[in-house]
This record gives sequence, C-alpha cells and structure tokens, in this order.
Amino acid sequence: MSVRILFLGPLRDLAAGPEREVAGPLDWAGLLEAVGEPIADRLRDDRVHVACAGRVLADKTALSAKDGDEVALLPPVSGG
Amino acid sequence: MRDVRLLDRPFDPGSLIGPFTGAHPGLGGVCSFVGEVRGENGGVETLELTHYEPLTLPGMEHLAEQACSRFALMGLLIAHRIGLMRVGEPIVCVSAAARHRRAAIDAVDFTMDHLKCAAWLWKRERRADGWRWVAPRPEDYAALARWRD
Repeated sequence: MSVRILFLGPLRDLAAGPEREVAGPLDWAGLLEAVGEPIADRLRDDRVHVACAGRVLADKTALSAKDGDEVALLPPVSGG
Repeated sequence: MRDVRLLDRPFDPGSLIGPFTGAHPGLGGVCSFVGEVRGENGGVETLELTHYEPLTLPGMEHLAEQACSRFALMGLLIAHRIGLMRVGEPIVCVSAAARHRRAAIDAVDFTMDHLKCAAWLWKRERRADGWRWVAPRPEDYAALARWRD
C-alpha cells in the first residue's frame, strides 16, 4: 500500500506525469519533499489546494494521508 | 428540479433546455446561457477541460444548491463538458426557470461566474504553437466577487 499523489491541471506538466506513488503515511513536510521543486514552491501558494481521500483540506499543512489515500494537488481552476 | 451533469461527449444544448423548460409548467421565464469554444484570430484549434472525479460533480451540485437557495427558482440545469472540444462546440449550458425573470437571469449569471473560476475544472487550449493552460482573467475574478455577501 502507498499514497497516490495526483497532479491536476498545470501541475501535471511540472510533474512530468499525472500521478506518483509514495510510501505512506504522508504529512505536509513529506509531501513537499516527495514532490520536490518547483512543485513544492507552487504548493505553498495559498491559491493551490490539497485534497485527501476526496476532501479538500481547509488547512493543507495539516495533511495526514494514510496508506491507500489519494492526495490531489489542485492548482487554480478555470472552467466555463 | 435540479439537473447537474458532467458530459464527456459533444452535446446539443437545445435537447437539454427543451425538456428542462417542459418540466416546469407555470413558469414565468427561462434564462439560458450556452458557452462555446471561441474561434479567434490566431486561432484556438482545440480546447481540453480536465476534472477531478471526487470533487468536480459534487462541487457543481453544491453550486446548484447555492443558486437555488439564493434565487427564487423553479429549476436549474447545469451541463458542463470535459474532454477535448473543437471550435464551435458547446462547453457549458446553464438554464434557470423561475416565476419572474430577474431570478432566472441572476441565477444564470451567478452560476456562470462560479463555473468560470470556482469549479474543479482546468482548461487548456491548443494553438499552432502548442498547448497552454488558460487562467481566468482578472474580470472573471471580479465578476465572481460581486456575489460575496
């Protein structure tokens, strides 16, 4: 089991792929280390949100992902 | 009636708006907006919208709830495309039915402003020089801010 990190929108290009598996559990510091620069820098931006197990975190720095969880990195959106 | 859909194939807005209107006998007005892939000088060839399954449709359903509680509506239809689209294809269709026109018009305006920059969708377009991600314009964010209480 592991934690799957998903890169949405423009983050997908920076990550050179839509997803990555890392060993769990995963907290905020672990996430920043796992994704590396320049994505970690983007994640510190207030406009970038993080979802864990299908829920958007009110405080992304409180991330606490367990084995089997999916962590989605959500940059600013554009629809319509 | 609330009808919220995420569509991965081309759709005909009229085929949704017709039955939606018919489902609300006694309405005073229907306001509908259809957004399409714009053909511009220098030309967008293809548009792609990606989503995040666990959040996107639930978020749109929550938006519909907000619109229905904020405006005096009889019904609201939201249909949004994901996937690849060509110039002239519909991207989004929002239709509101109400007893009085102002509620219908405002509900469509409110819903579109939120879909533009507060729904879990990411848009990129392909031109002759390749793909680029599209961010909402400052006026899109300003339009959204009008609805904050």
